Amino acid sequence: MMLLFYLAAAIAVISTAAVIVQTNIVHALIYLILSLLAVAVIFYVLGAPFAALLEAIVYAGAIMVLFLFVIMMLNLGQHTRDEERSWMTMQVWIAPSIMAAILLAQLVNVLSQYDQELTPVRVGVLEVSALLFGPYVLAVELASILLLAGLVSAYHLAKK
Amino acid sequence: MESIPIEHGLILAGILFTLGLIGVLTRRNIVFVLMSLEIMLNASGLAFIVASARWGHAEGQVMFLMILTLAAAEVAVGLGLIIQVYRRYQTVDINVLSEMKG
Amino acid sequence: MLDLIWLLPTFSLLGFLSLVLTAGTLPKRIAAIIGAGSVGLSFAVAVIIAIQFLGSGEEYFVKEVWTWMSVGSLNAGFSFYLDGLSLTMMLVITGIGFLIHLYATGYMDDDPGFSRFFAYMNLFVAAMLMLVLGDNLILLYLGWEGVGLCSYLLIGFWYTNPENGYAARKAFVVTRVGDTSMAIGLFLLFAQLGTLNIQDLMYAAETQWAVGSGLAVAVSLLILGGAVGKSAQLPLQTWLPDAMAGPTPISALIHAATMVTAGVYLVARTHILFELAPTVQLLVAWIGLITLLMAGFTALTQSDIKRILAYSTMSQIGYMFLALGVGAWSASVFHLMTHAFFKALLFLASGTVILSLHHEQNIFKMGGVRKQLPVSFWSFLIGSLALTAFPFTSGYFSKDEILLAALELDGPGLWLWMGGVLGAFFTGLYTFRLFFVVFFGDNKGHEPTQEVGGWNMSWPLFVLMVGALLAGFIGLPLDAVFGGHGEEEHDVSALIHGIMIAAPLLGIGIAYLFYYSKTFSVDKLMASPLAKSLHKFWFSGWGMDALYNWLFVYPFLWLARINKDDLVDKLYAFVVVLSRAAHAMIVKTQTGYLRWYALSVATGLVLILTLGVLL
Repeated sequence: MMLLFYLAAAIAVISTAAVIVQTNIVHALIYLILSLLAVAVIFYVLGAPFAALLEAIVYAGAIMVLFLFVIMMLNLGQHTRDEERSWMTMQVWIAPSIMAAILLAQLVNVLSQYDQELTPVRVGVLEVSALLFGPYVLAVELASILLLAGLVSAYHLAKK
Repeated sequence: MESIPIEHGLILAGILFTLGLIGVLTRRNIVFVLMSLEIMLNASGLAFIVASARWGHAEGQVMFLMILTLAAAEVAVGLGLIIQVYRRYQTVDINVLSEMKG
Repeated sequence: MLDLIWLLPTFSLLGFLSLVLTAGTLPKRIAAIIGAGSVGLSFAVAVIIAIQFLGSGEEYFVKEVWTWMSVGSLNAGFSFYLDGLSLTMMLVITGIGFLIHLYATGYMDDDPGFSRFFAYMNLFVAAMLMLVLGDNLILLYLGWEGVGLCSYLLIGFWYTNPENGYAARKAFVVTRVGDTSMAIGLFLLFAQLGTLNIQDLMYAAETQWAVGSGLAVAVSLLILGGAVGKSAQLPLQTWLPDAMAGPTPISALIHAATMVTAGVYLVARTHILFELAPTVQLLVAWIGLITLLMAGFTALTQSDIKRILAYSTMSQIGYMFLALGVGAWSASVFHLMTHAFFKALLFLASGTVILSLHHEQNIFKMGGVRKQLPVSFWSFLIGSLALTAFPFTSGYFSKDEILLAALELDGPGLWLWMGGVLGAFFTGLYTFRLFFVVFFGDNKGHEPTQEVGGWNMSWPLFVLMVGALLAGFIGLPLDAVFGGHGEEEHDVSALIHGIMIAAPLLGIGIAYLFYYSKTFSVDKLMASPLAKSLHKFWFSGWGMDALYNWLFVYPFLWLARINKDDLVDKLYAFVVVLSRAAHAMIVKTQTGYLRWYALSVATGLVLILTLGVLL
C-alpha cells in the first residue's frame, strides 16, 4: 500500500510538472488527466473510494472533456504552438520558480513538524452520504445553486 | 495495513499546489492558466482527503465534494469567458487583457 | 377659564402650521380667515382671561402646561405666568395684532405670497405671546429668538430683491449680537442663582445680591445688551431703518407695536436686577435719551415715509428706555401701550398712502393727497397728534409721566428732562413735516387713485384712531408688578407743565411755517455748506453704518482674507500632496496584467508564511 502511494505520488508530481511545461495544449491536457488519475489512486489508498471515483469520473472525465471541447472549438493549431514556444523564455520562469521554491520550503518546514502516522481507514459512500444529506444538506443545496448559476452564466457567456 | 506519515500526503498536496502556482504565474495562454488553476484546486482537495483519512472521518470527503462542485462551476464559466475572449481578440494571450491599468 | 391661557399661542401656532403645511394651496379667502381668524380667536380668549384675572383680584397666576426640559437642577417648562405686565403685553399683541392682520388681508391682497405672509405673521404672534407669557427665561428666550426669526423672514419677505435679503440679514445679525449678550446673561444668572424661573430669580437676586454688587451689574448689563439689540437702541440701532424693506403691516406689527418693544418688556420684567445695579439703570436712561435725540435728528432729514416712522419708533422706544432708566416702570409700559396704538395707526395709514400711490415711498413725490385719501388723512392727523403728545391724546399722558419721572430723579434728572423735552420738540417738528409734505401742498406727479382697501383696511384704522385718542385714559394694572411704583401725583409747577406742552407745539409750529405756509424756505436753510454736510451726516443716521463698517465689517473681511491660506489649510494641502505622490507611486503597480496580480498575491502569501515561520 505504501508503495502504491509513493508511486502514484511520483506519477502525479511528474505529470503535473509536464503539464506546466508543455507547449502542445492537447498533450498538456492528457498529462493533466494522468495526474488526476494518479491523485485518484492516492485517494483510494487513503481510504476514500468514493472521492477516488468522483475524481476519476468528474475531474478526469467530465471537466477535462469540457477542456478538450473548448480547445477543439478554438481550433488552436500549429501557430499557437510556435507562439507558446516563443513565450517560454527562461527569464519568465525565474521569479515564479524562486517564489514557488520558497513557498514549498516553508510548507515542508511547517508540515514536517507534524509527526503523526496515518493509518488509512476505509470511509465509504455510506458515511459520506449520511453526512451530505444530514447536517450538510444546506451545503448541498447551495452547491446545486452554484452549479445552476455556472450553467446559466456559461451559456450566456459562450453565446454568440 | 501499513501506515503512511501524514506529512507526506500534505507535502504532496503542497508540491502539486506550487506546481499549479508556477503554471498560473508563467503561462500566457489562458487555457493553460485555467488548467493550472484546476491543479491548484485539486491539490487543496487532496489536502482535505489526507486530513479526513487521518481522523477517519467523512467530513473531509464532503469538503472535497464541495471543491469538486466549485471546480466544475468555475471551469464552465471560465471556459465560457475564454471563448468570448478568443472571439473578441482572436488570441488566447492573457496579456492583451490589460486595459484596466492605472 | 384662566387655565385656558395656553390656548393663546396655540391658536396662532395652529394657524401657522395649517398655512405652512398647505404651502399656499389654500384659496386666498380661506388663508385670510385662518391667518386673521386665529389671532382674532386669541384676542377673544385674551379678553376673557383679562376680565377674569382682573375680577379675581389675584396678583399673578401661573399655569404649568408641560415640562419642556429637565436637566440637573434646570427645569424649564411651558409654563405661563400672568400678571399685570404680561396681561398688558398680551392684550396689545393680540388686539393690535388682530387689527393689523385684518388690515393685511386687504394690503397683501394681490401678493403671490399671501399665504406665506400670514403663516409668518401667525408664527410671529405665537412666538411673541410665548415671550411675554413665559414664566421662565428659557421660554422667554424661545419666544425672543422666534420673533427674531419671524422678523428676519418678514423683512426679507420680498426676497426676489437682493436688497431686502440684505436688510433681513442685517437685522438678524445685529440683533444676534444683543441676543448673544443676553444668552450669556442667562447663563450667568443660572450659574449664580440656580434657577431661571423669573419670579424665583428676582427673589433670589434681591436676597442674595447687594445693591451695586459686581454680579448684579454684569448680569443687568448683559440683559441690557439683549434689550438694546431687540429694541433698536444705541449702539445696536442700525438695523431698524433697513427693516422697513418688509411689507408695511410688518413694520406696523413687528417693528413698531410689538417686537421692538420686547426689550422694554424684558427690562421691565427683570427690573429688580436693574434696581440692584443703579449705575446700569442710569445707563439705560442715557441710552434712551441719546437714542431718542439721535433718531429725532435723523428723522428730520429722511425722505422715505417709512424710514421717518422707523426713526420715530426708535425715538419713542428711547423714551421708554428713559422711563425705565429713571425707575418709572409703569410709565414706560404705559408709553409702550399707547405707542403701540398710534404707531400702528401711523404705519397702517402710511401703508394705505403707499398703496394708493402705487408703492411710492418718497414723501417729496407725494403731496396734496388729503382730499383723495380722507381716511389716511384723518388717521395720520390723529396718529401724529398722539405721537407728538398733543394735549389729551394718548401720547400726551404717557410722555408726560415719563418726563415728570425723569425730572424727579436726583442728579442728572434735570438733564434727562431737558433732553426729553428737546426730543419732544423734534418729534413735533419731524412728524408734522411728514404730515404737511404728504397731505398738503401740490401734487408732485403721482395722481392718487381712489383710496384703496375695503372695510378690512379701513376699520382697523378707525379702531386704532379711537385707541390713539383715548388709550391715555386706560389705567394699567401694574402696581402689583412694580411694587407701588405706579401712578403718583407729580407735584410740579405750572411752568414745567407749560414747557412740556409747549415744546411739541413749537415743533409743530415750525413745521407749519416751513412746510405748510412756506414762510421760511428749507432750500435757503440748506444752502450753506455746513447745513449740507450736517444734513448728510444726519441722513446717514449719524454715520453709524459707516462707523460699524469701519470698526467691524472691514476688519473682519480683512481677517477673513488674510486667513484664506492659513496654517490649517497648509496641513490639508500637505495631505493632498502626500496622497498625490502615493497615488503616482502605487499606480505603477496597477499594470493590468493578470499574472502580475497573481504574483502579487503569491508574494503576499509567501511573506505572511515567512512571518508565521519566523515568529
